[in-house]
Amino acid sequence: MTRKPSWAALEKAASQRILIIDGAMGTMIQRHKPDEAAYRGERFKDWHRDIKGNNDLLVLTQPKMIQDIHEQYLAAGADIIETNTFNAQVISMADYGMEEIAIEMNVAAAKLARAAADKYNKLTPDKPRFVAGAVGPTNRTASISPDVNNPGYRNVNFDELRAAYKDQVKALIQGGSDIILIETIFDTLNAKAAGFATLEAFDETGIELPIMISGTITDRSGRTLSGQTAEAFWYSMRHLRPFSVGLNCALGAELMRPYIAELAHVADVRISAYPNAGLPNEMGEYDETGTEMACKVEPWMADGLINIIGGCCGSTPDHIAHIAEHAKAHAPRALPTFEPKMRLSGLEPFVAG
Amino acid sequence: MTTANAAQSFINVGERTNVTGSAKFRKLIEANDYQAALAVARQQVESGAQIIDVNMDEGLLDSEKAMTTFLNMIASEPDISRVPVMIDSSKWTVIEAGLKCVQGKAIVNSISLKEGEGSFLEQARKVLRYGAAVVVMAFDEQGQADTIERKVSICERAYKLLTEKIGYPPEDIIFDPNIFAVATGIEEHNGYGIAFIEAARQIKQKMPLVHISGGVSNLSFSFRGNEPVREAMHSVFLYHAIQAGMDMGIVNAGQLTLYDDIPAELRELCEDVILNRRDDATDRLLEAAPRFKGDGGGARASTKDMTWREGSVEDRLTHSLVHGLTDFIEADTEEARAKAEKPLHVIEGPLMAGMNVVGDLFGAGKMFLPQVVKSARVMKQAVAYLQPFLEEEKRLSGVDQKPAAGKILMATVKGDVHDIGKNIVGVVLQCNNYEVIDLGVMVPAAKILETAKREKVDIIGLSGLITPSLDEMCFVAAEMEREGFACPLLIGGATTSKVHTAVKINPNYHRGQAIYVLDASRAVGVVSNLLSDTESKPYIDGIKAEYAKVRDAHIANEARKQRITLKAARDNKFKSDWSKIKPVRPTFLGAKSFADYNLASLVRYIDWTPFFQTWELSGRYPQILNDNKVGAEAKKLFDDAQVLLKRMIAEKWVTASGVVGFWPANSTGDDIDLYADEQRAKKIATLHTLRQQIARDPSRDRAHTALADFIAPRETGIADYIGGFAVTTGIGEDEAIERHIPKTDDYTRILAKALCDRLAEAFAEAMHEKVRKELWGYAPTENLATDDLILEKYVGIRPAPGYPAQPDHTEKATLWTLMDVEKSANITLTESYAMWPGAAVSGLYFSHPDSHYFGVGKVERDQVEDYAARKGWTVSEAERWLAPVLNYDPSAHNRTAAA
Repeated sequence: MTRKPSWAALEKAASQRILIIDGAMGTMIQRHKPDEAAYRGERFKDWHRDIKGNNDLLVLTQPKMIQDIHEQYLAAGADIIETNTFNAQVISMADYGMEEIAIEMNVAAAKLARAAADKYNKLTPDKPRFVAGAVGPTNRTASISPDVNNPGYRNVNFDELRAAYKDQVKALIQGGSDIILIETIFDTLNAKAAGFATLEAFDETGIELPIMISGTITDRSGRTLSGQTAEAFWYSMRHLRPFSVGLNCALGAELMRPYIAELAHVADVRISAYPNAGLPNEMGEYDETGTEMACKVEPWMADGLINIIGGCCGSTPDHIAHIAEHAKAHAPRALPTFEPKMRLSGLEPFVAG
Repeated sequence: MTTANAAQSFINVGERTNVTGSAKFRKLIEANDYQAALAVARQQVESGAQIIDVNMDEGLLDSEKAMTTFLNMIASEPDISRVPVMIDSSKWTVIEAGLKCVQGKAIVNSISLKEGEGSFLEQARKVLRYGAAVVVMAFDEQGQADTIERKVSICERAYKLLTEKIGYPPEDIIFDPNIFAVATGIEEHNGYGIAFIEAARQIKQKMPLVHISGGVSNLSFSFRGNEPVREAMHSVFLYHAIQAGMDMGIVNAGQLTLYDDIPAELRELCEDVILNRRDDATDRLLEAAPRFKGDGGGARASTKDMTWREGSVEDRLTHSLVHGLTDFIEADTEEARAKAEKPLHVIEGPLMAGMNVVGDLFGAGKMFLPQVVKSARVMKQAVAYLQPFLEEEKRLSGVDQKPAAGKILMATVKGDVHDIGKNIVGVVLQCNNYEVIDLGVMVPAAKILETAKREKVDIIGLSGLITPSLDEMCFVAAEMEREGFACPLLIGGATTSKVHTAVKINPNYHRGQAIYVLDASRAVGVVSNLLSDTESKPYIDGIKAEYAKVRDAHIANEARKQRITLKAARDNKFKSDWSKIKPVRPTFLGAKSFADYNLASLVRYIDWTPFFQTWELSGRYPQILNDNKVGAEAKKLFDDAQVLLKRMIAEKWVTASGVVGFWPANSTGDDIDLYADEQRAKKIATLHTLRQQIARDPSRDRAHTALADFIAPRETGIADYIGGFAVTTGIGEDEAIERHIPKTDDYTRILAKALCDRLAEAFAEAMHEKVRKELWGYAPTENLATDDLILEKYVGIRPAPGYPAQPDHTEKATLWTLMDVEKSANITLTESYAMWPGAAVSGLYFSHPDSHYFGVGKVERDQVEDYAARKGWTVSEAERWLAPVLNYDPSAHNRTAAA
């Protein structure tokens, strides 16, 4: 199993400063207001279904747009950029009948991000940039029945997820990713399948990358959609020995804080957080400005909770630039060590002894 | 671990959702009645199972499908799926099917070496990848282990394979050394009970991080149909096995008989059988068994023997509470109420007394958690019975007419389940007309604060029994501070204390006050004081003063002292007459590494005094060896150390490596600039130093020193030099200890580590001498004995970053870059700038004839700001790294600045 030199560079950078992960891709794509024709491009102009909204497809049909967004985030100070592959696996692509090009999308997406990162690595060699191959939750859940009258039913199972994720991760590796980022985890069982698949992909490609894990606490209940507390979630994912664990999406900075603190309290790996730019208004738009968001996350950094910070829905290069500026003032969270204990979980944590 | 701790941390795995163990559950699954099967699971969790075992191994069932269906159903039931699952099957395919259904971290039960190492490792690798802990049966290619030796050796073999071949975390390994039926009439079965117990003891000694589990019901297989005897056997067995190290069991714990409740005769008969104490043990138990069966006398004295009904009402209430009996609780509570002046007195008197007995038995390891839960249930029933009388009392006294005297939120903190004390406090407060919002157990900080805000409570009360709760309480207090709370915070529960509250919790909560409440009887007094318009302020002031004293007593030695300004300190820097100092040019410039340094040559440089301090023996070496009090112990320790040290050196357990460097240097202000060459034009690094700011008695003529004072200032034009070094004797240390010293031998392990540390210090001492005499060569004729070396009677110093003369650990990074220490000496820095291996020393060399060690002490913000600017840090970064030496509270400063 080989490790890319970027792994050591990532470790080094993370030990020196709080790393910045980029902001929303979807928000930036919407600024271009792409229409059906733009999504289709030349190659899919005769596709048999509507594909407007298939953002991941844009890496093939509008590569310049995507690479430009990556570069805007890099210019804003992002250390880590995410590939535009949130839904790029066969399960989600079934919505557009595009299962067969899922692998191609991941390779292309990783190459675009790679090109953008490499460009900035040349411009600012003392600030290495990293490409995180983004692995999303899919549009199905392995722990929750879609049929309230039949709680034992599932519309996707572990093996289907694992197969879909393995193809995706292999393609992300092939395209040149430095990191595998399993993110926006609504259902921990999906994420466990993604983790399993990621390790298989490492076995099969012979390349091992650092893994970042980012769950989603959906509301103030402090639980994931599938019902786990943040601490229980960490115990479910810990066996992957990830580079970092954290939270993203669903909540703005104000509401996310207690759960980031909870993770920081129990996790012996780096902590990442990329909240939404506040909560959407009645129009579904995010109003929080870059300064506001940066001021809300600054205390997290000041309190030593954070190693990696950025933005999710509604955030833009301006948000990231402000966050990056505020982050400079703070040292990264020092990694704690805990007594070795058997730490199990159901929906809630169970620590032996 | 004491018996009490062992029993309290014993993990109950619910056994009823097992088709092989429960006929009822099997029938429900066979009939596809999953709703009723879920009820079985729910009942187990409610009665105290901390994990539920799910087993679908039945010949006629499609086990994989049944496992999948049942686990998917459980996932939709938060009352059940809040606890982890134990996926139990003898078939790997069923286990794997189960692993694909659980989002939590489960336990696999079980894998073994039955089919050889290949499939064992393959399965274990997968379990690890699915993210589960694993039960390993003491089973190998030859079959199930029945003797102590085989049980232990198979577990050891499995442990080695799991931890060394695939990196399985030892704490996630659970060994099941096989509980077999005893008293079967076959002679070789007689030793099975003791074999498990003894094997458990040895496994735990050899592999302390692992867990030991077993299916207890097998043990009493030959007494099927005689439940009282079976329960007595299980109880006796667990009593002994838990003491030996068994810490997990698949049991119906809610039904266990109390060890002390087993009739003495039966207990002895069971003990004879389980501990194999006499040849005729089986015969004697078999003969006596019918007498204890069912109505014939009863093993469970509590339910069968009614003599306890003859005692006083207080004794009867205690009996019901201890044994979890609800049959007579209302009648007895009524009797007590009729006797009492006020209904509240029944709670405060006999019921509390009974709960104290429960607490004592639990503490002594004679009751298990589920039994305590049952006791609490009895308590609640008694309180519920009294409720209408309490209401009536309130109505008659008119207290009820008034609005509630105050609103109190109560919660047992996250991670803790103990709520009896909290519930009692809640009841007592309610009886005194306070409105109580009880959030229950395992309440996260966010929920406590959110509810407190919404309900506008007057006081928050936190409870906890286990030690980690203390930490959580600090966390809640800090969160209250952050969220702008100011209301009083009450702290209670078995492990809490006034000292902890004053020293650890309260400092997190500046706006409000944390107050320790000793027990329920104090709660009303505390709360009424806090909520009184007139008493509140003097009361809180009194507490503040008291806690300040408690805290000061704790940090007396670190009491803050007056500081002077950085400018004043600089004006009074350590002054040298540079015209008289002629720095010597080192024999080389740049870095030079020393690989594989001769260990034996270091022994004479060892300073033994700190070695004894490690072992908490105080005194100076060698006088300590003849000390009246600790001399004998010190001598023994010293002799052991000599033997081990010889062996470590002869067998070369560790490798010593180091690096030394010298550079042209001059000081500029409080910094030291290092240059590429003698031209002193190209700066290659800057070392930053901190200056003393302590306010001294003006009559004492002492400088405010910084390390930079020992290097000639740039403007003097003097060609000065500085040196640096990093040495270690820790390379190979961990591996050697692992290889040469049994895991169980903590003494020798600690000894070896302490010796490595001493060797590293000795290496630094030896290297410093070599530097003075040869490498730098500024004291070529020095000739000192070891004692004088230890007393530092030489010229020049070697201060280390992170220590008193330069408390900033990050300065090590500069040395590391200059000498490429990672490569040249194999020592790395962690992100908090600790050295790895730990047995390592690094520092700077100063040759100035008057250079000396000193402590910077606490520094003021003016210096922190200046230092941050010099290092290219923000002030808050500097405050973070210099936190231990700040003479001010940075958060307080920021608040003042903001205000």
